[in-house]
Amino acid sequence: MTLAAKHQVADVTTAQTRSATYDLQKIRADFPILHQRVNDRPLVYLDNAATTQKPRLVIDAITRYYESGNANIHRGVHYLSQHATQEYEACRETVRWFLNAADASEIVFVRGATEGINLVAQTLGRTRVQSGDEVLITAMEHHSNIVPWQILCGEKGATLRVAPINDAGELILDEFVRLLGPRTKIVAVPHVSNALGTINPLHRIVELAHRHNAAIVVDGAQSVPHLSVDVRGLDCDFYVFSGHKVYGPTGIGVLYGKAALLDAMPPYQGGGDMIRSVTFEKTTYNKTPYKFEAGTPDISGVIALGAAINYVNELGLDRIEIHEQDLLRYATESLSAIPGVRLIGTAKEKTSVLSFVMDGIHPHDIGTILDEEGIAIRTGHHCAQPLMDRFGVPATARASFGLYNTREEVNTLVKGIERVREVLA
Amino acid sequence: MPDLRELYQDVILEHSKAPRNYRELGAANRKAEGFNPLCGDRYIVYLDLDGDAVRDIAFQGSGCAISKASASLMTQSVKGKTRSQIEELFDDFHKIVTGETTIEDSASEVSKLSVFAGVSAYPVRVKCATLAWHTLRAALAGKGEPVSTE
Repeated sequence: MTLAAKHQVADVTTAQTRSATYDLQKIRADFPILHQRVNDRPLVYLDNAATTQKPRLVIDAITRYYESGNANIHRGVHYLSQHATQEYEACRETVRWFLNAADASEIVFVRGATEGINLVAQTLGRTRVQSGDEVLITAMEHHSNIVPWQILCGEKGATLRVAPINDAGELILDEFVRLLGPRTKIVAVPHVSNALGTINPLHRIVELAHRHNAAIVVDGAQSVPHLSVDVRGLDCDFYVFSGHKVYGPTGIGVLYGKAALLDAMPPYQGGGDMIRSVTFEKTTYNKTPYKFEAGTPDISGVIALGAAINYVNELGLDRIEIHEQDLLRYATESLSAIPGVRLIGTAKEKTSVLSFVMDGIHPHDIGTILDEEGIAIRTGHHCAQPLMDRFGVPATARASFGLYNTREEVNTLVKGIERVREVLA
Repeated sequence: MPDLRELYQDVILEHSKAPRNYRELGAANRKAEGFNPLCGDRYIVYLDLDGDAVRDIAFQGSGCAISKASASLMTQSVKGKTRSQIEELFDDFHKIVTGETTIEDSASEVSKLSVFAGVSAYPVRVKCATLAWHTLRAALAGKGEPVSTE
């Protein structure tokens, strides 16, 4: 049998196994936005690391809430308010279960991963980090896991340390260990890099941080859509993610924190709902997690996030992972075969993110030409400028795959990249 | 659908691959940095200003084909010109890239820059085409702060 023929047989076999367990056409039918044409071509949406599209049931959850369930929570005796409160708190339980947290009170609703990190920096950070202390991050951070710590360190006279990465985009653990010390009060790392897709060895990182009595904050924005997360298994102190990257709406996210830590932390914002009693002289705060949820929250966002998590769960993150890893392998092979294309981020453990550059062609031009073909990718520095500097590139083009992407879409991307070469040659 | 060839005209591609006046200018008495935080494009424009007129100009930096070609063609078109002539040229150029004017009613001075007319079909790329110009204007104004497209 020729190699090509063998390859074909293998392809058919995988396709059959896949379709038995993972019905892509049915899944794609759940996402209304995917069935449109952009620039007169069928939309090929490969910008999932920026935000994912929403299944019908998530959109419906928002409509249903405003059409028949809208009321403020935690304060009304009337039917609608009680019902809204129940739905809202049921979603907290859904998230608890999703992250395998010990208790629903450890789930704080925030606007997104960014707000989650800022919350920890401004509460735990302000009480724990003092002059001369250190906060340790990595070279692969998104700006949202750099700037809040920079602000904190600036305020406190503390130092921000950065653990380096290798040419494949993997954390150099030996260097990371060397940077840990008695001064390290907080370690903040991404579970998965947004620009490279690198999956960090979180178990090991958490263990090392705890050995030095540092609190560990994990940016889970890019992991939650792709991997099942077990915060108790990981033993991390804080874990944040954004709803919109896991097929939920924008503007809602989650901060998980260990109960003992959350209980000891001062509040983040003051206002309604976060208090037990208020006089002009003194206020006593509500218990965790309400202490951190000042003001009327994004109730419909929470309810829709609950729907998104249920959707992902029904498909099964294990099956999603198999599908996305298949796409990643296929796309990595296909793009590597195009002359002049270089992949940035070649870690052994990766989620379905492909950052690449092309000889003599700026990513911005790649993005414009692919857009003409109906292909949506991200181009730029991916809010990770220090990482771009590390690789000596001003920007990259990034294709990122979600649970609904197909091998055919990878083929369209490859044709699009060939068109880029034609136009700009 | 706009035609990609209208955007990436041969002159633009040629200038982006072999930009003119692409060097540090030793004799520069003015210098400014321009930055597009959204895409990371970054240029430095060097000026040798003789009174009110640009005696020499050069640039360095990195960015997309549109921004680099625009910088290259800009250095050619402003050499020897005075501040007010440059301001006028920029106004015309801006109208071209935003589609407010067509080549027919443009003066011959700007006709070379009309290769950027295709940009008007791609509003997000107007910033790319104008980045070097904003940087030049900052250098002329003598502002020390880097200019940003945002």
